[in-house]
Amino acid sequence: MSEAFTKSMARNIYIGGSLFFFLLFLALTFDTMGAIPERSNAQNLTEDVAHGKKVWEDNGCIGCHTLLGEGAYFAPELGNVYTRFGNSKEAIVGFIKSRPAGGIPGRRSMPQFNLSDEDLNALAEFLKWSSEINTANWPPNVQG
Amino acid sequence: MKYQSQSVSQLYFIGALGLFAGQILFGLIIGLQYVVGDFLFPAIPFNVARMVHTNLLIVWLLFGFMGAAYYLVPEESERELFSPLLAKLLFWIFLVAGALTILGYLLVPYATLAELTMNDLLPTMGREFLEQPTITKLGIVVVALGFLFNIAMTILTGRKTVVNIVMLTGLLGLAVFFLFSFYNPENLVMDKYWWWWTVHLWVEGVWELILGSILAFVLIKITGVDREIIEKWLYIIIAMALITGIIGTGHHYFWIGAPEYWQLLGSVFSALEPIPFFIMTVFAFNMVNKRRMDHPNKAATLWALGTATMAFLGAGVWGFLHTLSPINYYTHGSQITAAHGHMAFYGAYVMIVLTMISYAMPHIRFGKPANSNRAQVLEMWGFWLMTVSIVFITLFLTGAGILQIWLQRIAESPMSFMQTQDNLAFFYWAREGAGLIFFGGLMVYFYSFFAGGEPKEA
Repeated sequence: MSEAFTKSMARNIYIGGSLFFFLLFLALTFDTMGAIPERSNAQNLTEDVAHGKKVWEDNGCIGCHTLLGEGAYFAPELGNVYTRFGNSKEAIVGFIKSRPAGGIPGRRSMPQFNLSDEDLNALAEFLKWSSEINTANWPPNVQG
Repeated sequence: MKYQSQSVSQLYFIGALGLFAGQILFGLIIGLQYVVGDFLFPAIPFNVARMVHTNLLIVWLLFGFMGAAYYLVPEESERELFSPLLAKLLFWIFLVAGALTILGYLLVPYATLAELTMNDLLPTMGREFLEQPTITKLGIVVVALGFLFNIAMTILTGRKTVVNIVMLTGLLGLAVFFLFSFYNPENLVMDKYWWWWTVHLWVEGVWELILGSILAFVLIKITGVDREIIEKWLYIIIAMALITGIIGTGHHYFWIGAPEYWQLLGSVFSALEPIPFFIMTVFAFNMVNKRRMDHPNKAATLWALGTATMAFLGAGVWGFLHTLSPINYYTHGSQITAAHGHMAFYGAYVMIVLTMISYAMPHIRFGKPANSNRAQVLEMWGFWLMTVSIVFITLFLTGAGILQIWLQRIAESPMSFMQTQDNLAFFYWAREGAGLIFFGGLMVYFYSFFAGGEPKEA
């Protein structure tokens, strides 16, 4: 590397550059925080939805499924499962409830979590709410 | 080894390598579950085994970084470690906390673990990579603070070099950005937005500082090139890493409900993220070519060059492949992501830790700069077996990903997720095969530590 380009110049680019872009990132974050309530329909975020998110987390669902494309790639995307199941919370609840405890021989199987009706309903509410987030049209089709 | 206290790093390296073996073992289990769906079901369901696989990776890399810091910092600071006792104590605390957490994952259902650890008081569990019980997370903070204190006291009362200051900055960033793991808002979009402040700003931000400083340290030692030159390169690499990587966080904000300007910003900046990795490759090869001595530790040189190359391929090239938003629209959440994840983590972070271990262990164990010829040959066999295997794992997952996207997202009558998965079985079997060879390579690598022979003099 050329001698004209000194170590202290490199250091200044490092400090100045990272500081500038971190401040820009903070400003963009501030703007994003203002936009999220509308894009996520925060007014529909009921106690049930919040409880459903907790059920989702407490059972480690992200360890198999993706939610808005993030998570594990072992089981179907659930950000749009509400639409995929024909806009039906009952279908979601029914599916989770009917998983056999011993699994399906030879197949990837979802565990039987033995959730209460209250938890199941909340989880379905959470997945319904998630399906209504403005995700810039992702996923590309209903299959997720 | 110039300072007695550097030897505490050995404890960390051994711990790291033990957990590394566990990580690979669970990788093989979940790889098999991809094709033999009921393997170990319901005793160890996929979500649990995957949690063990990813959490062990994170924890062993942290052990590796800490070990690297304990070796590098005294030598750079030209003084003994501030407190070797604290370093040893924190090792055992971290190891026990980590082991209990993993046992918790394996022995009770995750929901029971959440209950036992009183997750309701401050719910932080159940988010990818941050699955640890809240109490474990608090433990990590305590360990990280004690560790930072120890390192900072050593550096601040000793010689300050670019290498140790960049290391300290990286470790400080690691601790600070981990704090976002305690913030878990009820709004999923907010949750995801801030979750990336830990995950992205770690692996595509401050960890690159740690990586750069370890690489710079090892290159100074094995090439004998003037420190001034190496430090200038280091500054350029980390400058580019942060300039591209901070706004590059935007590539995770395309489809999670954040505003759509992130598509442009995230695409442009993350498309530039390969640049620091490319510079790193040029840097490593240049320094080795311009070496002013022939260091007897050929294995460490191989690891250092391998890190630069594989980090560029895995993080740089495979990251770029799917980072532009119009492409990511189709690849997001597919096996392409998994392919990139495997090569990037191996190439950048696994390899830099193994580079440091390779350089430091002969000094710690024998007070000599290099292992015997036989041990080095075995170590290099381990290098090639593991590296070639990860390339194939990545290629097979990329193949799976392309086919998956086609069948499930592009074809005229798209298949369901599960139907698509059935069609990918060939790639998953091939990946599992490559994984087995990786495990074999790891065993050869382990064996190299016991190969004996006369350690080499300078």
